[in-house]
Amino acid sequence: MLSQIIYALPFLAQGFAVTLWVSLLVVVLSLIAGVLMGVGLVYGPAPLRWAVRIFSDTIRGIPILVLIFFVYYGLPAVGLHLESFWAAVLALTLFKTAQVVEYLRGAVGSIPKGQSEAAMAIGLTFRQRLAYVIFPQAFRRFLPPWINGVTDAVKGSALVSLLGITDLMQAINQVIGRTYEAMPLYLLGALVYFAVNYALSLASRRLERRFSFIRE
Amino acid sequence: MSKASHANPALLDISEVSKAFGSVEVLRSVSLKVTRGEVVTVIGPSGSGKTTLLRCVNFLESYDNGSIRIDGKEVGYREAGTRQRRSERDLAAMRAETGMVFQSFNLFPHLTAAGNIMLGLRKVRGKSNAEARTIAEHWLGRVGLAHKADSLPAELSGGQQQRVGIARAVAMEPKILLLDEITSALDPELVGEVLEVVRSLAEDGMTMLMVTHEMAFARDASSRIVFMADGGVSAVGPPAEILAADFDNERLRSFLARFRASHF
Repeated sequence: MLSQIIYALPFLAQGFAVTLWVSLLVVVLSLIAGVLMGVGLVYGPAPLRWAVRIFSDTIRGIPILVLIFFVYYGLPAVGLHLESFWAAVLALTLFKTAQVVEYLRGAVGSIPKGQSEAAMAIGLTFRQRLAYVIFPQAFRRFLPPWINGVTDAVKGSALVSLLGITDLMQAINQVIGRTYEAMPLYLLGALVYFAVNYALSLASRRLERRFSFIRE
Repeated sequence: MSKASHANPALLDISEVSKAFGSVEVLRSVSLKVTRGEVVTVIGPSGSGKTTLLRCVNFLESYDNGSIRIDGKEVGYREAGTRQRRSERDLAAMRAETGMVFQSFNLFPHLTAAGNIMLGLRKVRGKSNAEARTIAEHWLGRVGLAHKADSLPAELSGGQQQRVGIARAVAMEPKILLLDEITSALDPELVGEVLEVVRSLAEDGMTMLMVTHEMAFARDASSRIVFMADGGVSAVGPPAEILAADFDNERLRSFLARFRASHF
Protein backbone atom coordinates (compact mmCIF):
# COMPACT_ATOMS: atom_id res chain seq x y z
CA MET A 1 0.00 0.00 0.00
CA LEU A 2 2.66 2.47 1.07
CA SER A 3 4.88 1.53 -1.85
CA GLN A 4 2.03 2.18 -4.27
CA ILE A 5 1.54 5.63 -2.83
CA ILE A 6 5.25 6.38 -2.88
CA TYR A 7 5.30 5.22 -6.47
CA ALA A 8 2.50 7.71 -7.24
CA LEU A 9 4.13 10.65 -5.47
CA PRO A 10 5.76 12.26 -8.54
CA PHE A 11 2.38 12.15 -10.29
CA LEU A 12 0.69 13.69 -7.26
CA ALA A 13 3.40 16.37 -7.11
CA GLN A 14 2.66 17.29 -10.71
CA GLY A 15 -0.99 17.64 -9.77
CA PHE A 16 -0.01 19.78 -6.82
CA ALA A 17 2.01 22.02 -9.13
CA VAL A 18 -1.08 22.51 -11.30
CA THR A 19 -3.12 23.38 -8.20
CA LEU A 20 -0.55 25.99 -7.19
CA TRP A 21 -0.35 27.37 -10.73
CA VAL A 22 -4.12 27.73 -11.04
CA SER A 23 -4.33 29.31 -7.59
CA LEU A 24 -1.52 31.74 -8.31
CA LEU A 25 -3.02 32.82 -11.65
CA VAL A 26 -6.43 33.31 -10.11
CA VAL A 27 -5.13 35.22 -7.10
CA VAL A 28 -2.91 37.57 -9.11
CA LEU A 29 -5.39 38.22 -11.94
CA SER A 30 -8.30 38.76 -9.57
CA LEU A 31 -6.22 41.10 -7.42
CA ILE A 32 -5.39 43.32 -10.38
CA ALA A 33 -8.90 43.27 -11.84
CA GLY A 34 -10.58 43.58 -8.45
CA VAL A 35 -8.51 46.55 -7.28
CA LEU A 36 -9.07 48.41 -10.56
CA MET A 37 -12.80 47.72 -10.50
CA GLY A 38 -12.98 48.49 -6.78
CA VAL A 39 -11.38 51.91 -7.34
CA GLY A 40 -13.93 52.43 -10.12
CA LEU A 41 -16.70 51.50 -7.71
CA VAL A 42 -15.56 53.93 -5.03
CA TYR A 43 -14.34 56.89 -7.09
CA GLY A 44 -15.70 56.39 -10.60
CA PRO A 45 -18.51 58.22 -12.39
CA ALA A 46 -22.01 56.84 -11.98
CA PRO A 47 -22.13 54.62 -15.10
CA LEU A 48 -18.88 52.91 -14.11
CA ARG A 49 -20.09 52.46 -10.54
CA TRP A 50 -23.27 50.85 -11.82
CA ALA A 51 -21.39 48.53 -14.16
CA VAL A 52 -19.10 47.31 -11.39
CA ARG A 53 -22.02 46.99 -8.98
CA ILE A 54 -23.97 44.83 -11.43
CA PHE A 55 -20.91 42.70 -12.22
CA SER A 56 -20.09 42.12 -8.58
CA ASP A 57 -23.64 41.39 -7.44
CA THR A 58 -24.30 39.04 -10.36
CA ILE A 59 -21.11 37.03 -10.02
CA ARG A 60 -21.40 36.71 -6.27
CA GLY A 61 -24.92 35.39 -6.68
CA ILE A 62 -23.86 32.47 -8.84
CA PRO A 63 -22.39 29.22 -7.41
CA ILE A 64 -18.79 28.91 -8.50
CA LEU A 65 -19.44 25.51 -10.03
CA VAL A 66 -22.17 26.93 -12.24
CA LEU A 67 -19.77 29.67 -13.28
CA ILE A 68 -17.10 27.15 -14.28
CA PHE A 69 -19.51 25.08 -16.38
CA PHE A 70 -21.02 28.22 -17.86
CA VAL A 71 -17.63 29.50 -19.05
CA TYR A 72 -16.50 26.12 -20.38
CA TYR A 73 -19.72 24.75 -21.89
CA GLY A 74 -21.76 27.93 -22.29
CA LEU A 75 -19.40 30.48 -23.84
CA PRO A 76 -18.67 28.39 -26.98
CA ALA A 77 -22.31 29.12 -27.90
CA VAL A 78 -21.30 32.75 -28.38
CA GLY A 79 -18.11 31.81 -30.19
CA LEU A 80 -15.66 31.87 -27.28
CA HIS A 81 -13.88 28.53 -27.09
CA LEU A 82 -11.45 28.22 -24.21
CA GLU A 83 -9.22 25.31 -23.33
CA SER A 84 -10.46 23.67 -20.15
CA PHE A 85 -7.50 25.04 -18.18
CA TRP A 86 -8.13 28.65 -19.21
CA ALA A 87 -11.88 28.31 -18.90
CA ALA A 88 -11.38 27.20 -15.30
CA VAL A 89 -8.92 30.02 -14.58
CA LEU A 90 -11.30 32.58 -16.12
CA ALA A 91 -14.29 31.34 -14.13
CA LEU A 92 -12.40 31.26 -10.84
CA THR A 93 -10.88 34.68 -11.57
CA LEU A 94 -14.30 36.24 -12.25
CA PHE A 95 -15.57 34.79 -8.99
CA LYS A 96 -12.57 36.00 -7.00
CA THR A 97 -12.57 39.43 -8.66
CA ALA A 98 -16.10 40.11 -7.43
CA GLN A 99 -14.91 39.37 -3.90
CA VAL A 100 -11.79 41.52 -4.19
CA VAL A 101 -14.01 44.42 -5.35
CA GLU A 102 -15.97 44.15 -2.11
CA TYR A 103 -12.91 43.87 0.12
CA LEU A 104 -11.44 46.94 -1.54
CA ARG A 105 -14.64 48.94 -1.26
CA GLY A 106 -14.89 48.08 2.42
CA ALA A 107 -11.25 48.85 3.17
CA VAL A 108 -11.10 52.13 1.24
CA GLY A 109 -14.54 53.16 2.49
CA SER A 110 -13.34 52.87 6.07
CA ILE A 111 -10.73 55.60 5.61
CA PRO A 112 -12.13 58.93 6.87
CA LYS A 113 -12.88 61.55 4.22
CA GLY A 114 -10.50 63.97 5.92
CA GLN A 115 -7.58 61.85 4.78
CA SER A 116 -8.38 62.43 1.11
CA GLU A 117 -8.98 66.10 1.78
CA ALA A 118 -5.69 66.55 3.61
CA ALA A 119 -3.94 64.78 0.75
CA MET A 120 -5.68 67.03 -1.78
CA ALA A 121 -4.82 70.11 0.25
CA ILE A 122 -1.08 69.49 -0.06
CA GLY A 123 -1.48 69.09 -3.81
CA LEU A 124 -1.32 65.34 -4.34
CA THR A 125 -3.00 64.06 -7.52
CA PHE A 126 -5.64 61.33 -7.43
CA ARG A 127 -3.12 58.57 -8.07
CA GLN A 128 -0.71 59.94 -5.49
CA ARG A 129 -3.50 60.16 -2.94
CA LEU A 130 -4.34 56.51 -3.51
CA ALA A 131 -0.73 55.37 -3.53
CA TYR A 132 0.64 57.30 -0.55
CA VAL A 133 -2.35 58.03 1.66
CA ILE A 134 -5.37 55.82 1.04
CA PHE A 135 -3.94 52.42 0.07
CA PRO A 136 -1.31 52.23 2.81
CA GLN A 137 -4.06 52.76 5.38
CA ALA A 138 -6.64 50.58 3.64
CA PHE A 139 -4.14 47.76 3.26
CA ARG A 140 -4.43 46.68 6.89
CA ARG A 141 -8.20 46.26 6.53
CA PHE A 142 -7.98 44.72 3.09
CA LEU A 143 -5.47 42.06 4.08
CA PRO A 144 -7.37 39.73 6.46
CA PRO A 145 -10.44 39.14 4.23
CA TRP A 146 -8.24 38.96 1.16
CA ILE A 147 -5.94 36.28 2.64
CA ASN A 148 -9.09 34.41 3.61
CA GLY A 149 -10.09 34.73 -0.02
CA VAL A 150 -6.73 33.41 -1.16
CA THR A 151 -7.16 30.27 0.92
CA ASP A 152 -10.64 29.94 -0.58
CA ALA A 153 -9.07 30.20 -4.01
CA VAL A 154 -6.62 27.40 -3.23
CA LYS A 155 -9.44 25.19 -1.96
CA GLY A 156 -11.77 26.23 -4.78
CA SER A 157 -9.15 25.34 -7.37
CA ALA A 158 -10.03 21.68 -6.68
CA LEU A 159 -13.15 22.32 -8.74
CA VAL A 160 -11.07 22.50 -11.92
CA SER A 161 -10.75 18.71 -11.66
CA LEU A 162 -14.37 18.61 -12.82
CA LEU A 163 -13.22 19.86 -16.24
CA GLY A 164 -10.72 17.00 -16.40
CA ILE A 165 -7.70 19.12 -15.49
CA THR A 166 -5.11 17.09 -13.59
CA ASP A 167 -4.66 19.19 -10.49
CA LEU A 168 -3.93 17.69 -7.07
CA MET A 169 -7.54 16.63 -6.60
CA GLN A 170 -7.76 14.95 -10.00
CA ALA A 171 -4.36 13.28 -9.52
CA ILE A 172 -5.52 11.84 -6.22
CA ASN A 173 -8.70 10.53 -7.80
CA GLN A 174 -6.72 8.87 -10.56
CA VAL A 175 -4.30 7.22 -8.15
CA ILE A 176 -7.24 5.97 -6.09
CA GLY A 177 -8.72 4.59 -9.29
CA ARG A 178 -5.62 2.45 -9.69
CA THR A 179 -4.92 1.54 -6.06
CA TYR A 180 -8.30 1.69 -4.27
CA GLU A 181 -6.49 3.36 -1.35
CA ALA A 182 -9.09 6.11 -0.86
CA MET A 183 -8.53 6.79 2.83
CA PRO A 184 -4.76 7.45 2.92
CA LEU A 185 -4.79 9.36 -0.37
CA TYR A 186 -7.62 11.71 0.53
CA LEU A 187 -5.97 12.17 3.89
CA LEU A 188 -2.74 13.10 2.14
CA GLY A 189 -4.65 15.51 -0.12
CA ALA A 190 -6.40 17.12 2.84
CA LEU A 191 -3.05 17.53 4.60
CA VAL A 192 -1.46 19.22 1.61
CA TYR A 193 -4.33 21.70 1.17
CA PHE A 194 -4.31 22.36 4.88
CA ALA A 195 -0.55 22.93 4.98
CA VAL A 196 -0.72 25.48 2.18
CA ASN A 197 -3.60 27.38 3.73
CA TYR A 198 -2.17 27.25 7.22
CA ALA A 199 1.08 28.72 5.95
CA LEU A 200 -0.94 31.48 4.26
CA SER A 201 -2.80 32.42 7.41
CA LEU A 202 0.41 32.46 9.41
CA ALA A 203 1.94 34.81 6.86
CA SER A 204 -1.17 36.95 7.01
CA ARG A 205 -1.06 37.26 10.77
CA ARG A 206 2.57 38.27 10.60
CA LEU A 207 1.78 40.94 7.98
CA GLU A 208 -1.13 42.25 10.01
CA ARG A 209 1.08 42.66 13.02
CA ARG A 210 3.58 44.58 10.92
CA PHE A 211 0.88 47.08 10.02
CA SER A 212 -0.83 47.23 13.39
CA PHE A 213 1.01 50.46 14.29
CA ILE A 214 -1.47 52.39 12.16
CA ARG A 215 -4.11 53.64 14.53
CA GLU A 216 -6.87 55.99 13.56
CA MET B 1 -7.83 100.37 4.52
CA SER B 2 -4.06 100.76 4.44
CA LYS B 3 -2.11 102.11 1.48
CA ALA B 4 -0.45 98.75 0.96
CA SER B 5 -3.69 97.25 -0.31
CA HIS B 6 -3.76 99.81 -3.10
CA ALA B 7 -0.18 99.15 -4.10
CA ASN B 8 -0.67 95.36 -4.10
CA PRO B 9 -3.49 93.79 -5.99
CA ALA B 10 -5.37 91.29 -3.84
CA LEU B 11 -3.59 87.97 -3.37
CA LEU B 12 -6.92 86.28 -2.86
CA ASP B 13 -9.86 87.73 -4.72
CA ILE B 14 -13.23 86.15 -4.02
CA SER B 15 -15.84 87.75 -6.21
CA GLU B 16 -19.58 87.19 -5.98
CA VAL B 17 -19.28 83.50 -5.17
CA SER B 18 -22.51 81.59 -4.73
CA LYS B 19 -23.16 78.00 -3.88
CA ALA B 20 -26.24 75.95 -3.13
CA PHE B 21 -26.65 72.45 -1.73
CA GLY B 22 -29.90 71.53 -3.42
CA SER B 23 -32.31 74.30 -2.50
CA VAL B 24 -30.22 75.56 0.42
CA GLU B 25 -28.08 78.57 -0.49
CA VAL B 26 -24.92 78.25 1.58
CA LEU B 27 -23.03 81.10 -0.08
CA ARG B 28 -24.81 84.17 -1.44
CA SER B 29 -22.69 86.32 -3.68
CA VAL B 30 -19.73 86.48 -1.30
CA SER B 31 -16.95 88.91 -2.18
CA LEU B 32 -13.76 89.27 -0.19
CA LYS B 33 -10.24 90.41 -0.98
CA VAL B 34 -7.18 89.44 1.02
CA THR B 35 -3.89 91.21 0.38
CA ARG B 36 -0.45 89.74 0.90
CA GLY B 37 0.51 89.54 4.55
CA GLU B 38 -3.01 90.10 5.79
CA VAL B 39 -4.65 87.91 8.41
CA VAL B 40 -8.39 87.81 7.80
CA THR B 41 -10.67 86.07 10.26
CA VAL B 42 -14.15 84.88 9.40
CA ILE B 43 -16.63 84.67 12.26
CA GLY B 44 -20.31 83.94 12.33
CA PRO B 45 -22.93 81.52 13.62
CA SER B 46 -22.74 77.89 12.56
CA GLY B 47 -24.37 77.34 9.19
CA SER B 48 -23.39 80.82 8.03
CA GLY B 49 -21.13 79.41 5.31
CA LYS B 50 -17.72 80.22 6.85
CA THR B 51 -16.22 76.80 6.43
CA THR B 52 -17.74 76.31 2.99
CA LEU B 53 -16.19 79.58 1.85
CA LEU B 54 -12.80 78.47 3.11
CA ARG B 55 -13.12 75.12 1.36
CA CYS B 56 -14.01 76.82 -1.92
CA VAL B 57 -10.71 78.69 -1.86
CA ASN B 58 -8.73 75.48 -2.39
CA PHE B 59 -11.58 73.84 -4.27
CA LEU B 60 -12.33 71.11 -1.77
CA GLU B 61 -15.82 72.41 -2.55
CA SER B 62 -16.96 73.51 -5.96
CA TYR B 63 -19.04 76.67 -6.31
CA ASP B 64 -21.87 77.50 -8.68
CA ASN B 65 -21.25 81.12 -9.60
CA GLY B 66 -18.67 83.82 -9.24
CA SER B 67 -14.92 83.59 -9.29
CA ILE B 68 -12.06 82.96 -6.90
CA ARG B 69 -8.60 84.05 -7.92
CA ILE B 70 -5.29 83.54 -6.20
CA ASP B 71 -2.53 85.75 -7.54
CA GLY B 72 -4.78 86.51 -10.50
CA LYS B 73 -5.29 82.86 -11.38
CA GLU B 74 -8.76 81.38 -11.42
CA VAL B 75 -9.17 78.55 -8.89
CA GLY B 76 -11.05 75.41 -9.78
CA TYR B 77 -12.49 76.40 -13.12
CA ARG B 78 -10.68 77.00 -16.37
CA GLU B 79 -12.13 80.46 -16.87
CA ALA B 80 -14.41 82.63 -14.80
CA GLY B 81 -17.87 82.24 -16.22
CA THR B 82 -17.38 78.77 -17.69
CA ARG B 83 -18.08 75.99 -15.25
CA GLN B 84 -15.46 73.75 -16.77
CA ARG B 85 -13.41 72.17 -14.00
CA ARG B 86 -9.67 72.24 -14.25
CA SER B 87 -7.93 68.96 -14.90
CA GLU B 88 -6.91 66.80 -11.96
CA ARG B 89 -3.27 67.74 -12.48
CA ASP B 90 -4.07 71.47 -12.62
CA LEU B 91 -6.22 71.29 -9.52
CA ALA B 92 -3.49 69.49 -7.61
CA ALA B 93 -0.95 72.12 -8.66
CA MET B 94 -3.27 74.94 -7.58
CA ARG B 95 -4.01 73.33 -4.25
CA ALA B 96 -0.30 73.07 -3.56
CA GLU B 97 -0.28 76.90 -3.54
CA THR B 98 -2.76 77.06 -0.66
CA GLY B 99 -2.10 75.41 2.68
CA MET B 100 -4.96 74.13 4.76
CA VAL B 101 -5.17 73.18 8.42
CA PHE B 102 -8.21 71.21 9.48
CA GLN B 103 -10.36 71.16 12.57
CA SER B 104 -9.80 67.41 12.95
CA PHE B 105 -6.04 67.63 12.15
CA ASN B 106 -6.26 64.93 9.46
CA LEU B 107 -2.67 63.86 9.91
CA PHE B 108 -1.74 60.73 7.97
CA PRO B 109 -1.72 58.08 10.72
CA HIS B 110 0.68 55.75 8.91
CA LEU B 111 3.41 58.40 8.66
CA THR B 112 5.55 59.98 11.36
CA ALA B 113 5.35 63.70 12.12
CA ALA B 114 8.28 64.30 9.77
CA GLY B 115 6.79 61.89 7.22
CA ASN B 116 3.54 63.87 7.18
CA ILE B 117 5.45 67.02 6.29
CA MET B 118 7.79 65.30 3.83
CA LEU B 119 5.10 63.67 1.68
CA GLY B 120 4.05 66.83 -0.15
CA LEU B 121 7.60 68.13 -0.33
CA ARG B 122 8.75 64.96 -2.04
CA LYS B 123 5.82 64.07 -4.27
CA VAL B 124 4.55 67.55 -5.12
CA ARG B 125 7.62 69.76 -4.79
CA GLY B 126 9.98 67.07 -6.05
CA LYS B 127 12.48 67.46 -3.20
CA SER B 128 14.91 64.67 -2.40
CA ASN B 129 14.40 62.67 0.74
CA ALA B 130 17.26 64.48 2.49
CA GLU B 131 16.07 67.96 1.46
CA ALA B 132 12.53 67.16 2.54
CA ARG B 133 13.76 65.86 5.89
CA THR B 134 15.76 69.03 6.50
CA ILE B 135 12.74 71.22 5.72
CA ALA B 136 10.49 69.04 7.88
CA GLU B 137 12.89 69.29 10.81
CA HIS B 138 13.10 73.05 10.37
CA TRP B 139 9.32 73.43 10.57
CA LEU B 140 8.94 70.95 13.39
CA GLY B 141 11.44 73.10 15.25
CA ARG B 142 9.38 76.20 14.49
CA VAL B 143 6.28 74.61 16.04
CA GLY B 144 8.28 73.36 19.01
CA LEU B 145 8.24 69.67 18.08
CA ALA B 146 11.78 69.01 16.91
CA HIS B 147 11.98 66.10 19.35
CA LYS B 148 8.83 64.48 17.91
CA ALA B 149 9.98 64.13 14.29
CA ASP B 150 9.82 60.35 14.39
CA SER B 151 6.64 60.00 16.45
CA LEU B 152 3.45 58.74 14.89
CA PRO B 153 0.36 60.95 15.14
CA ALA B 154 -1.23 58.50 17.58
CA GLU B 155 1.66 59.14 19.97
CA LEU B 156 1.06 62.91 20.01
CA SER B 157 -1.41 65.02 21.98
CA GLY B 158 -4.12 66.91 20.10
CA GLY B 159 -2.22 70.17 20.37
CA GLN B 160 0.94 68.53 19.10
CA GLN B 161 -0.92 66.90 16.22
CA GLN B 162 -2.38 70.22 15.19
CA ARG B 163 1.04 71.86 15.31
CA VAL B 164 2.30 69.15 12.97
CA GLY B 165 -0.76 69.89 10.80
CA ILE B 166 0.30 73.53 10.62
CA ALA B 167 3.90 72.58 9.88
CA ARG B 168 2.71 70.24 7.11
CA ALA B 169 0.79 73.09 5.50
CA VAL B 170 3.41 75.84 5.77
CA ALA B 171 6.34 73.65 4.76
CA MET B 172 4.89 73.68 1.23
CA GLU B 173 5.41 77.46 1.22
CA PRO B 174 1.84 78.22 0.24
CA LYS B 175 0.81 81.68 -0.90
CA ILE B 176 -2.02 81.64 1.59
CA LEU B 177 -2.83 79.54 4.62
CA LEU B 178 -6.43 78.48 5.31
CA LEU B 179 -7.23 77.62 8.93
CA ASP B 180 -10.57 75.93 9.50
CA GLU B 181 -11.53 76.10 13.18
CA ILE B 182 -8.19 74.60 14.03
CA THR B 183 -8.65 74.74 17.81
CA SER B 184 -12.26 73.58 18.00
CA ALA B 185 -11.38 69.91 18.53
CA LEU B 186 -8.79 70.65 21.21
CA ASP B 187 -9.01 70.49 24.97
CA PRO B 188 -9.01 74.07 26.30
CA GLU B 189 -5.55 73.77 27.85
CA LEU B 190 -4.06 72.84 24.45
CA VAL B 191 -5.54 75.76 22.51
CA GLY B 192 -2.86 78.24 23.56
CA GLU B 193 0.11 76.35 22.14
CA VAL B 194 -1.56 76.11 18.72
CA LEU B 195 -2.60 79.76 18.62
CA GLU B 196 0.92 80.73 19.61
CA VAL B 197 2.22 79.06 16.44
CA VAL B 198 -0.38 80.86 14.31
CA ARG B 199 0.57 84.15 15.90
CA SER B 200 4.24 83.67 15.08
CA LEU B 201 3.38 82.81 11.46
CA ALA B 202 1.34 86.01 11.24
CA GLU B 203 4.31 87.97 12.55
CA ASP B 204 6.40 86.46 9.76
CA GLY B 205 3.97 87.88 7.24
CA MET B 206 2.13 84.70 6.26
CA THR B 207 -1.15 85.54 4.53
CA MET B 208 -3.98 83.78 6.32
CA LEU B 209 -7.69 83.31 6.03
CA MET B 210 -9.10 81.64 9.10
CA VAL B 211 -12.38 80.58 10.59
CA THR B 212 -12.37 80.58 14.35
CA HIS B 213 -14.49 80.87 17.46
CA GLU B 214 -11.57 82.23 19.47
CA MET B 215 -12.72 85.85 19.61
CA ALA B 216 -9.84 87.06 21.75
CA PHE B 217 -7.39 85.58 19.29
CA ALA B 218 -9.30 87.01 16.32
CA ARG B 219 -9.17 90.43 17.95
CA ASP B 220 -5.42 90.27 18.63
CA ALA B 221 -4.13 88.56 15.52
CA SER B 222 -6.37 89.73 12.64
CA SER B 223 -5.93 92.61 10.29
CA ARG B 224 -9.63 92.40 9.48
CA ILE B 225 -12.64 90.43 10.65
CA VAL B 226 -15.40 89.27 8.36
CA PHE B 227 -18.78 88.53 9.89
CA MET B 228 -20.84 86.06 7.88
CA ALA B 229 -24.54 85.38 8.31
CA ASP B 230 -26.89 83.30 6.15
CA GLY B 231 -24.24 82.65 3.53
CA GLY B 232 -23.37 86.27 2.96
CA VAL B 233 -20.82 88.77 4.23
CA SER B 234 -22.70 90.85 6.74
CA ALA B 235 -19.87 93.07 8.01
CA VAL B 236 -16.15 93.57 7.38
CA GLY B 237 -13.70 95.75 9.24
CA PRO B 238 -10.76 96.01 11.61
CA PRO B 239 -11.22 93.99 14.83
CA ALA B 240 -11.61 97.01 17.06
CA GLU B 241 -14.51 98.22 14.93
CA ILE B 242 -16.25 94.89 14.34
CA LEU B 243 -16.02 93.71 17.93
CA ALA B 244 -17.05 97.07 19.40
CA ALA B 245 -20.27 96.91 21.35
CA ASP B 246 -21.83 99.74 19.35
CA PHE B 247 -21.09 98.51 15.80
CA ASP B 248 -24.01 99.28 13.54
CA ASN B 249 -25.09 95.76 12.67
CA GLU B 250 -27.92 94.18 14.61
CA ARG B 251 -27.07 90.57 13.66
CA LEU B 252 -23.43 90.98 14.55
CA ARG B 253 -24.29 92.53 17.91
CA SER B 254 -26.68 89.72 18.80
CA PHE B 255 -24.15 87.09 17.61
CA LEU B 256 -21.46 88.60 19.81
CA ALA B 257 -23.87 88.94 22.74
CA ARG B 258 -24.86 85.29 22.47
CA PHE B 259 -21.24 84.35 22.02
CA ARG B 260 -20.15 86.25 25.13
CA ALA B 261 -23.00 84.75 27.12
CA SER B 262 -21.90 81.21 26.28
CA HIS B 263 -18.12 81.72 26.52
CA PHE B 264 -17.56 83.88 29.54
